[in-house]
Amino acid sequence: MSEKFRLDKGGLINRNKKISFKFNGKKYFGYEGDTLASALIANGVHLVGRSFKYHRPRGFFGAGVDEPYAIVQMNRNNEVDPNVRATEQELFEGLEAKSVNCWPNVNFDIGAINNFLGKFFPAGFYYKTFMWPKSFWYKVYEPIIRKAAGFGAASIKHDKEKYEHKYEYCDLLITGSGPSGLASAYAAAQNGAKVILAEDKSRFGGSLLTSEVTIGNQSGQEWAEKIISELKSMPNVVVKNRSQVFGYYDHNMLVMSERISDHLPKTEKYIPKQRLWYIRAKEVIISSGSIERPLVFGNNDTPGVMLSSAAKEYLKIYGVLVGKKPLVFTNNDSGYETAIEFKKNGIDPIVLDTRKNPNSEIIKEAEDLNINIKNSYVVVAAKGYKKVKSADIAKISDDKKNINNIENIKCDCICVSGFWTPTIHLASQSGNKTKFNEEIDAFIPSKSKQKETTLGSANGTFTLEETLKTSFKKGNELSKQITNKENKVSIPSVVEKKYSNHDKFWCVPLPEGKNYKRFLDFQNDVAVSDIQLALREGYRSIEHVKRYTTLGMATDQGRTSNLNGLQLVSDIENKVVPQVGHTTFRPPYSPVSIGAIVGREIGKHSKPTRKSPMHYWHEKNNAVFVDAGVWLRPRYYKQGNENLFEASKREARNVRQNVGVCDVTTLGKIDIKGPDAAELLNRVYTNAWLKLPVGKARYGVMLREDGIVMDDGTTTRISENHYHMTTTTAQAANVLSHLEYYLQLVWPELNVNVVSSTEQWAGAAIAGPKSRDVLQKLFPDLDVSNEGLPFMGYMEGNLFGVNAKIFRISFSGELAYEVNVESDNGNFMWEKIMDVGKDFNIQPYGTEALSTLRIEMGHVAGSELDGRTIPYDNSLEGLVSKKKDFIGKRSLSKLAYVAPDRQKIVGVVPLDKKTSIPEGSYIVKDAKAKLPNPKLGHVSASCWSVEYDNPFSLAIIKDGKNMIGQKLFALSPLKNKTIPVEIVSSHYVDPKGERVRS
Amino acid sequence: MLHIKCPHCGLRSQNEFSYGGDATVKRPELNKEVSDKDWDNFVYLRKSLIGKHLELWQHISGCRQWIKVERDTLTHEIFKTLKANEEV
Repeated sequence: MSEKFRLDKGGLINRNKKISFKFNGKKYFGYEGDTLASALIANGVHLVGRSFKYHRPRGFFGAGVDEPYAIVQMNRNNEVDPNVRATEQELFEGLEAKSVNCWPNVNFDIGAINNFLGKFFPAGFYYKTFMWPKSFWYKVYEPIIRKAAGFGAASIKHDKEKYEHKYEYCDLLITGSGPSGLASAYAAAQNGAKVILAEDKSRFGGSLLTSEVTIGNQSGQEWAEKIISELKSMPNVVVKNRSQVFGYYDHNMLVMSERISDHLPKTEKYIPKQRLWYIRAKEVIISSGSIERPLVFGNNDTPGVMLSSAAKEYLKIYGVLVGKKPLVFTNNDSGYETAIEFKKNGIDPIVLDTRKNPNSEIIKEAEDLNINIKNSYVVVAAKGYKKVKSADIAKISDDKKNINNIENIKCDCICVSGFWTPTIHLASQSGNKTKFNEEIDAFIPSKSKQKETTLGSANGTFTLEETLKTSFKKGNELSKQITNKENKVSIPSVVEKKYSNHDKFWCVPLPEGKNYKRFLDFQNDVAVSDIQLALREGYRSIEHVKRYTTLGMATDQGRTSNLNGLQLVSDIENKVVPQVGHTTFRPPYSPVSIGAIVGREIGKHSKPTRKSPMHYWHEKNNAVFVDAGVWLRPRYYKQGNENLFEASKREARNVRQNVGVCDVTTLGKIDIKGPDAAELLNRVYTNAWLKLPVGKARYGVMLREDGIVMDDGTTTRISENHYHMTTTTAQAANVLSHLEYYLQLVWPELNVNVVSSTEQWAGAAIAGPKSRDVLQKLFPDLDVSNEGLPFMGYMEGNLFGVNAKIFRISFSGELAYEVNVESDNGNFMWEKIMDVGKDFNIQPYGTEALSTLRIEMGHVAGSELDGRTIPYDNSLEGLVSKKKDFIGKRSLSKLAYVAPDRQKIVGVVPLDKKTSIPEGSYIVKDAKAKLPNPKLGHVSASCWSVEYDNPFSLAIIKDGKNMIGQKLFALSPLKNKTIPVEIVSSHYVDPKGERVRS
Repeated sequence: MLHIKCPHCGLRSQNEFSYGGDATVKRPELNKEVSDKDWDNFVYLRKSLIGKHLELWQHISGCRQWIKVERDTLTHEIFKTLKANEEV
C-alpha cells in the first residue's frame, strides 16, 4: 500500500531509510524516525482499536503520551509486549503489532453490540447489575466480564529481556526538554551543577519542534539542537531521551524509566531493554509542558477526530497529513497554527471558532492566507462510523446555550483545540497543593512541599519569551545555591506571535431530539451522560464520581479528560472548579513495564542464596536441597530410588543406632565479649547465667517484652569474658538487632560487644551412640570420655592440624557433639569426619531426619516457637528463673499466661499407628460436633517415629497438661482427614534424657 | 524513599535502615515493681500521632547503630537525627 497521506517533503524523518512493518497482519512501509502511529496515518490507517466498554471504533487522538486510544499489542523479536501506545512506539524494521480489545477483528467486532445496548450500560453498571444472585458472581458474571474487559494480553512465557536498575544523585533533575527544560538546564550547567535532563520522546526540544518561533537568529528547532549538543558535551550534564520520569517520591527521590532498546528490532547483547533510574535530586525542575484539551461534541470519539496539536505534530515532524479535508474546531488561537500548517502544504482547512470576534496576529495571518474561518461556529456531531466522513456544524448563540442552522459539511478529520492543560502530575505527586488558575481554566502548581519548581507551560506560562526568561533565571538561581558559582548567560531575544484570550466554552449542547454520545474520558468510555447520571444519583465528591464512573482512571490518567470532567461537575453543581477540586495524581505518570520494576531481581537473583562450605560435598553426594531462610540445606541424601520418606527414615534410624553427621553451619552465631557479658546474658535469657563456668555450655530461651518466646539456643563460655551464642537459623539477624537494641539504648552502661560470627564458622553435628568413637578418632590426643567432656561441656582441639571448637550439645537427643572450624576448613573437617566415621557406619543426614529426631524427643523448634507461645506452652517453664528479672518476665504474670487450662505441648499418636497426621490439623474432642467445631489446638510438627515405627506428632493444645492419655481427634479439612488419636507426652523417646548424658 | 542522615555515617537511603518504633518509650527498670497498667502501656500502648515523632531506626546495612530520628509522620520531613545517647 502506498503512503497516500505522506507529504513529498518536510518533517524530521529520514526519507533515505524505508522501513517495512506489519499491522493486523498487513504489510506497510514507513520511514526511520516514524512512530507506529505516524506511519499508519501516512498509510491512511485510522482504525486501530475498539473502545473499552462499547467497543466503538477508535483511531488516533494524540501524538505522544497523551494518546488515550491507540494501544496495540506488540510482537518484537518473538516477545510479546501488551498495551504499547502506537504514538510512542518508534518504527523499526520488521515491527509487528495488532489491535486489542476486539474480536474477531478490529473491522468487525462482536463486542460492538454493547454500543447499541448502550442504555443498558450506564455509569456504575457493574455495581448495579451483578449484585445478585450472589452465587452467580464467581461462576457467571466474573469470567464473562474478565473476558470482555482489558486491552492487551500479557505473555505467559518467561521474559527473556534484561532490565536493570540504577541509582543516581544529582544537583538538578529536569523533566522535559522543551524551552523551559533546555533554558534551565543550560543555565544550571553553566554554574557547574550536576544536571540530569530527561526527555520522554526520542527527539529533544518539545514544543520548539513544532512552533514557528525565532530565538536569537535561529528557528526554535535550531536553537534546541544547539543547546542540546552543547549540554551533551559538558561533563557535568547527563542528557537522556526516551526517558520518562514517572514518579516523585519522598525526600526528592524520583524514578525514571529509560526505554533503551524498545525502538530497536532486537535488544543488543549485554544491553538491557529498559533501565529504571532511582534519582535523588537536590532540586527538581518540572518542565513537562502542557497537553491540549479536547472540545466535547457528539461522537467526538470517531476515528479522525484528534487534537489539533497532534495534527500539527504529524505534519511538522513526520510529514504526514491526518486528512485532506480537515475541519479545525477551536476555542482559542492554537487551532489556527494547525490550519496555517495545512494551508502551507496545499490543503484547504475550514476553521470553526467558538468565539464571536476573535482578533490576533495569528488570526490575521490565517485570514491573509485565505483560510475559511467561521466565527461563533461549533461542531455538533461527527458523522461516520469507522472514520469521519462529515460533520454537522451549527451557529452557536452568544450565550452558548442554543445552536441554530445545523448543516452537514464533508470532511475527513476534525482537529480540536480546547486550550491547554498544564501537566502537573509530578508536582502533585510531590505533595504540591495545586491551585486553580481562572485565566487558563486549569490547575497549576502552587506552594512546593519538596524541592521542586515548575516552569513553562506546565506552570501556565504560555509565551516563549516569559518561559525562557523565568527558566534561565530559575536554572541559574537554583544551581548557584548548590555550587556557589555563577556564570550568567544572556537571555536570547524571542520572536513569537501574540495570542488572544481563549473562550471558556468547551461542551457543545445536544441538538433537540438527538442523544449523541459526547465523550469525556476516551479510554474508559465515560460520556457526559454518565457524569450527569452519577450526580443525579447523589454522588458529590469528585473522588466518588471518579470511582463510580471510572472517569480519569484509565492508563492515561485522565490527561485529556480530567479538566473537562471537573468543568462538567462544576457546571451541573453550579460551583467553580476550585471548589470541586481535582482527584489525586499518583505514580506512575505513564505505565511502566513490570520487568523494569523488577529489574535483575528475578529467579535466583530475587534473593541471595547462601551455601555452606560443605555445599559441594553435599551436591556430589546426591543431596536434595531445601530453602532454609536464605540458606540452601540438604534435606536428605538420596540413595538409589529412595524417596524423601524412605531416605529420611534411613538417616534418622542410623543416628539412633550408629552415628550420623549433619551440616549445622547455618545456625546463627554471635560472638559476645566484655566484662559485663554474663550480666547481659542473664538479662536476655530466662534462666540464670551468672554462675556458668568457663568451658561450659547452657541452653537458654529468650523472650520478647510481651512474654512470647523469641528464640532459643546454646551459649558457651569460651573464657572469662568471652561467650559464643547460637541462635536458630531463621532468627539470627533479629537476635543480633535485639541484643544491640538493649546494649545501645536500654543498658548502655553494660560493657559488652556483640558481633555476628555466623559466616566465620562451619559446623558439623555428630550424633548417635557411636559419636564418641568418631570424635576420639578425630581428636586422638583429647580426653573425650564422659568425664573428660561431659554433657554441655566445651573443649578446643586440633583436628588434623586445624583448630576446632567442640561442644557436647544435642538437638537429636542422642549422645552428640558439634564441631566448629573456621569456614575455610569446613570441607576438610567434613571429609575427615566421613573418613574416620566409616568404621562406625556414619551417614550424613539432612533436615528431614533432623526434624524427625527432634520431634520424637519433644525438642521445640520454629514450628512451636511461632511467635504465639510462652515458655510454659513449650514445656520450658523449668528454664524460667523465679529469682532474677529478665526481658519479658513481667508479662509472664498476665492472667491469660497463668490460666490453669493454658495451652501446652503434647505428643499425638494415631490410634491405628499408621495414619500420618497432617501438620496444621486441628485437635478436637468430638469429630462429629456441629461446625464450627471448637478446637483445642493444632498439630505443629509431624514425623514418622523411627524409634517406635509409627507416626508421631507434636501439638500445642488447651489444657495440654491434663490431656495426656485422652482419646481425641485430629481433623484436617484441607486433606479431608479425620484421625482418632491418643494424647501422650511430648517426650516420646528417652523422656528422662539419659542418652545425651551417656 | 526517605533520606536519613545517620549521625555516624551521613545521608543514606531508607533501605539501609530498619524502623524501631517510638524512641520516647522508656523500659521500666529491672527488678522494680511495675503495675499492670504501666507494664501494659510500656509493652503495647503507642501513640499514633500526626506530626513530629521521635523514633528509633537501626542502620542495619551500615554501622548497625540504633539512632533517633525526629520525623513528621504526615509530611515525612526529618528535622533532626541523633545518636542513641543523645536527647532532643
